[in-house]
Amino acid sequence: MTTAAKKTYRRETPAESLPPPRDRSGALGWLRQNLLASPLDMALTVLCLALIGWAVPPLVRFFVLDAAWSGADRAACLASPQHPEPGACWAFVRAWFGFFVYGFYPLVARWRVDLFFATLAFGIAWLAWLSAPRRDLGAVYFFIVLPVLAFALLSGAPRLGLITIPTELWGGILVTVVVATVGIVVSLPLGILLALARRSDLPAVRGLAVAFIEFVRGVPLITVLFMASVMLPLFVPERLSPDKLLRALIGVSLFASAYMAEVVRGGLAAIPRGQYEAARALGLPYWRMMALVVLPQALRITLPNIVNTFIGLFKDTTLVFAVGIFDFLRTVEAARADPHWVTPVTSVTGYAFAALFYFLCCYGMSRYARSVELRLARHRR
Amino acid sequence: MAKPTDAADAGASRSGPAVAIAGLHKWYGDFHVLRDINLEVARGERVVICGPSGGGKSTLLRCINRLEDWQRGRVVVDGIELTDDPKQIVAVRRDVGMVFQQFNLFPHLTVLENCTLAPIWVRHMPKKDAEDLAMTYLRRVRIPEQAHKYPARLSGGQQQRVAIARALCMSPNIMLFDEPTSSLDPEMVKEVLDTMEELASDGITMLVVSHEMGFARQVADRVIFMADGQIVEINEPKAFFAHPAHERTRLFLQQVLR
Amino acid sequence: MPSRHARRFVGIALQAALVVIVGGVAYAAFRNAAQNLADAHIVSGFAFWNNTAGFDISQALIDYSPSTSTFGRAFWVGLLNTLLAAGISLVLATVIGFAAGIAQLSRNWLVAHLAAGYVGLVRNVPLLLQLLFWYNSVLVSLPQLHGSMALPGGGILNNRGLFLPRPQVAPGFGYVVTAFVVCIAAVALIRIVIRRRQDRTGEPGHLLWFAAALIIAVPAVVFFAAGSPLSFSVPRMGRFNVEGGVEILPELAALVLALSIYTGAFIAEVVRAGVLAVSRGQTEAAQSLGLRSGTTLRLIVIPQAMRVIIPPLTSQYLNLIKNSSLAVAIGYPDLVQVFAGSVLNLTGQAVEVIAITMAVYLAVSLATSLVMNLYGYAIAVEER
Repeated sequence: MTTAAKKTYRRETPAESLPPPRDRSGALGWLRQNLLASPLDMALTVLCLALIGWAVPPLVRFFVLDAAWSGADRAACLASPQHPEPGACWAFVRAWFGFFVYGFYPLVARWRVDLFFATLAFGIAWLAWLSAPRRDLGAVYFFIVLPVLAFALLSGAPRLGLITIPTELWGGILVTVVVATVGIVVSLPLGILLALARRSDLPAVRGLAVAFIEFVRGVPLITVLFMASVMLPLFVPERLSPDKLLRALIGVSLFASAYMAEVVRGGLAAIPRGQYEAARALGLPYWRMMALVVLPQALRITLPNIVNTFIGLFKDTTLVFAVGIFDFLRTVEAARADPHWVTPVTSVTGYAFAALFYFLCCYGMSRYARSVELRLARHRR
Repeated sequence: MAKPTDAADAGASRSGPAVAIAGLHKWYGDFHVLRDINLEVARGERVVICGPSGGGKSTLLRCINRLEDWQRGRVVVDGIELTDDPKQIVAVRRDVGMVFQQFNLFPHLTVLENCTLAPIWVRHMPKKDAEDLAMTYLRRVRIPEQAHKYPARLSGGQQQRVAIARALCMSPNIMLFDEPTSSLDPEMVKEVLDTMEELASDGITMLVVSHEMGFARQVADRVIFMADGQIVEINEPKAFFAHPAHERTRLFLQQVLR
Repeated sequence: MPSRHARRFVGIALQAALVVIVGGVAYAAFRNAAQNLADAHIVSGFAFWNNTAGFDISQALIDYSPSTSTFGRAFWVGLLNTLLAAGISLVLATVIGFAAGIAQLSRNWLVAHLAAGYVGLVRNVPLLLQLLFWYNSVLVSLPQLHGSMALPGGGILNNRGLFLPRPQVAPGFGYVVTAFVVCIAAVALIRIVIRRRQDRTGEPGHLLWFAAALIIAVPAVVFFAAGSPLSFSVPRMGRFNVEGGVEILPELAALVLALSIYTGAFIAEVVRAGVLAVSRGQTEAAQSLGLRSGTTLRLIVIPQAMRVIIPPLTSQYLNLIKNSSLAVAIGYPDLVQVFAGSVLNLTGQAVEVIAITMAVYLAVSLATSLVMNLYGYAIAVEER
């Protein structure tokens, strides 16, 4: 009888851990498993490599190798005997960079915009870094102090020596950031209120909340912007007529609030009933319970979704072009028509630059959301 | 129990061991998870595999129906050698039934449909015959009245019994149980173990990975102790529990039996 | 803690106050609006619907002429254009999305990462930017009229659009269509027959190839027997324009491209999540029963995955329909561009026009939500 079939057996020497066989491990093994596992797999690998070979070298040539990095006007980016195949016209981007970031904001006052960016970045970092101290103060800073500060800096506070700069002069990344930030600053509290209202026992409150949310979520953002832009001046007396940027801000904020309300509602629903009951049992009145027990948990659970909504909001800022606001994308659109810089490659360069900006911002935010998600998952174990 | 009629099974030898594993090594990346496993299980034999978590017990079990593959060694099930050849693999899987720790019932099908799925689509049985067969086994596991319910409506113990019936509907010669009671509430463990005990007395070959020492004592012909990816000790249950031969076994039993 | 009666009283008082406030604000707003509109000599009401439009629309799927068609007619033209662009994009986005979603799950490292790269890139760049890119950078590089490209099959491509042969049906075509419909019905019937047979004898049928052959062969035979009742009006180069054929506007092409690629990336994520939601144990259980991978996919994985996929998929479809309103950016005459753009500018009746436009989208959204809720309810009933 072989050892294998013996009725009894006792291992004499422990079997050591051996390294895996070479052709199944390491680089070769990885290749076999992931790229060459079957005839179909091999065909797909070849196809993918062909695709990469077809697409990547021309892109690298265009955007890096053949690109014009400096120059004074279109001559730098046109085809010439030395450069028969001109690449991207980064010189154009550099020339127009100020416009892309500040719009028509007066040169002398641009330090105010820079200061605004810095204070905003500080506020975001404070709230986004989950281990930061006194994040409740951070919330106060972000939602209350910062708006006032930003308004004074950007729009002007004559009594403090900051001249008024009308919003018509704002443009570019400044406007994109302002619209996105105002969007989140307004939509998060408003969304929370709407979510609570939607869960309310009072039918009138719930009805109004549902109506608002479903209405806003059912229509395109452009129509909301049109409504805000065209109809808002009608609904208020002449003298109160809001300026164009404010109308767009109102439209975007209301729109984002409805989506945020649904996200928060999801978070509230994920809180087990026991939490509500425990809070009630402790004698906490409604608002105290919400503020101290339920909302902190709900917002934490749903933070990744909140960030995703913000990513969507950030991309949606591009739609304000439809109501005449000069956001970043619109500045690129305007710049590429400049006769000094018109070449066959100008448009592509402009769009690529814009795409890079949006991609970095949005991808960065989504990585952050992912890291928060992972961190939350760890804590819940 | 209905005997399999498929041509592919005709080649299965009825005389050799049910399962023969020789020199089995498996690596997950650099981690050597199964080390030099040599094991033969005779027909009709009931084997219980126990040991600390991460010891490779489940992995070994899953090699027997090729849910896991391996880098070195041979596995021969019911006379059919398991290689990369899909035909061999399907032939073996028809002959080997498996019950999972998480039940893995199909939630979008009723209990009856769960049981008739494989007979209809793998053995090409007519629907009526498949349903009769399924009802027979549902009666065996004592839940015929649940036939038209969806699995979500059943308790854990009932679901696991359905899973056993589902596996039996393919008339396997060998049944594999991968920690069948580990996900159950304590009061439901007994009903499943009782079902398995009845099965054992039918003469079907059983390999059970479990922590239920009482079951092992009662039902097993041999108990295998595995740790760190290797077989440490094999013995008959009485001797195994009374006089464990290996130091490691003693340590484990001390922790498990209090 | 206030008594229950006191709380109810407070609740009712709160609601009453809310209604009064909201009502009051609405009333004040409308009073102002009426005043402002009157000051600007803009009429109110929907009489404008029957006034002559007086502006041209570059793509009209129904008869439309600037001098005789009304604003109401323009509304329908715009709506149909929206439906056309959205419809084509929905189909393309679904195909792209399912392909990319499944590709992300491939065991092939290159395929999986290329798909993930596409999804990651497209999802993080605004749709408007992608639309402008396709329209201004890609389609603008198409040749001028005199340098038009001739396509195999009789098409012409230039920067005015893609001109394809327009199919023209002769009377006999009706027979071909009938034959096609009959074949489809036949296949459905045969499917039932085969199922019954499988239930009886256990023998599975192999319907696919037979069905495909039938659906292609029989109508083809009828087609030729009826004397090939299909001809094509091939586009020809005229002096100032292309004549004949059917024109596909570059605006439409750009919008469809952008919408499909953008929404496809989101659908890919939905599909990926849906397939991942089906636990590995399901596949393992099916495999351990001896089911082959094709059958496992068909009977176990796909049904469960689809249940997870369909609600968010519908949400993405709605997003696509709403995003089609970006047509204003490139001048494609969709509902927003035609109605909330041209008509609004010409009549000045912002309130009515925007209200109607929103009502259309709202109707689509609410209808879809309703259907989705019914679907969810049906599933829940089945599984509880």
